[in-house]
Amino acid sequence: MSTKRLYLAVVPAYNESATIATVVEALRRHATEFDTLVIDDGSTDGTDALAFGAGATVLKLPFNVGIGGAVQTGFVYALEHGYDFVAQVDGDGQHDSVELKRLTRTMEEQAVDVVCGSRFLTLDQRYPAPISRRTGIHIFSFLLSRIVGMRVSDPTSGFRLYNHRAIELFAHSYPHDYPEVEAVLMLHRHRLRMQEIPVRMYSRGGGSSSISTGKSAYYMIKVLLALFVGLGRRRPVVDLGDGGA
Amino acid sequence: MQARIQLVAIVGVATLLLTVLEMVRRRQLMERYALLWLLSAAVLLVLAIWSGALARISHAIGVIYPPNALFFIGMGFILLLLLHFSSAVSRLSDQSETLAQRQALLEERLRRQEHLSGDPQAEVAEERRDVTAVRESTRDRARSDPVGGARS
Repeated sequence: MSTKRLYLAVVPAYNESATIATVVEALRRHATEFDTLVIDDGSTDGTDALAFGAGATVLKLPFNVGIGGAVQTGFVYALEHGYDFVAQVDGDGQHDSVELKRLTRTMEEQAVDVVCGSRFLTLDQRYPAPISRRTGIHIFSFLLSRIVGMRVSDPTSGFRLYNHRAIELFAHSYPHDYPEVEAVLMLHRHRLRMQEIPVRMYSRGGGSSSISTGKSAYYMIKVLLALFVGLGRRRPVVDLGDGGA
Repeated sequence: MQARIQLVAIVGVATLLLTVLEMVRRRQLMERYALLWLLSAAVLLVLAIWSGALARISHAIGVIYPPNALFFIGMGFILLLLLHFSSAVSRLSDQSETLAQRQALLEERLRRQEHLSGDPQAEVAEERRDVTAVRESTRDRARSDPVGGARS
């Protein structure tokens, strides 16, 4: 890799016309070292045009492929264009782009492969989420922490920074339906290091979450199955060697 | 339920369950499609082991011989799975149609762009494509008309 560092902010968005322009503008204002790439996952409300108008590069998927496939598109793009770092930021405005600096600083200082923003490491601020959602997150957190042997306080957080090794892994293989929890397990399987730092998160600015209440049971079961089966996958899908970045 | 048929049912369903799990582990089966299989296998396994429950169900639906109730329930799951896959196939064909359309539009846009920019590289490619097309059509003609092919 060259000494020039290239940063890409990947924003997956599905029908986020209410917030996408604000998110892109905030990224361009507060995270100037990042190029902004919006993955429009088959939106029908003109999300792509709004994102483009706000100054982002836009990849519009021809139909909805789901959050996992959308985010992976970002990894593939980053790999093809030689980006060294990818930040994943939600299109609904719940992540604060000012905090990206803290993610990049942590990655430089700790020499880890992935830095993950956690909403549960701050004590002063309670994340405004329904109790059912929080219970689910805590169950995953409990299981995952035991499996990977370190505390993972917020395994469903989609506010993450990846280095080149992680980009390579996830461009090759990324979980499909509800990817965040499983992605942590994959990192562990491939011996990539992850570090959590506390971040603020806001309630959604508009649109609706990819996880509606009706789907949360399916979500729980699917992710539990993925965790359970993932335990049996000893062989890595990609041999990354060491010190790839 | 007779001991032998119960044993056969348990072994069969357990094999199915393990196969599904193994396929998910090898990434030959996505979790999305595995869940219904796992649900079917799990329910059938419980009923195969717990013959009391199966007897009660078969009595309730008016089946005299309990193992038949197991077949009946298994068939219900098969119908459910088929419906599930039919809907999945419908979605997939819809998506591949959209993909083909987008791809055709893109190709047209790219071709026009190449034409406008007068890219010599593109013209070479275009020519090469023409030559290939001519060669292929000649070959086709030769094949369909062996006499003419021999003459030339």
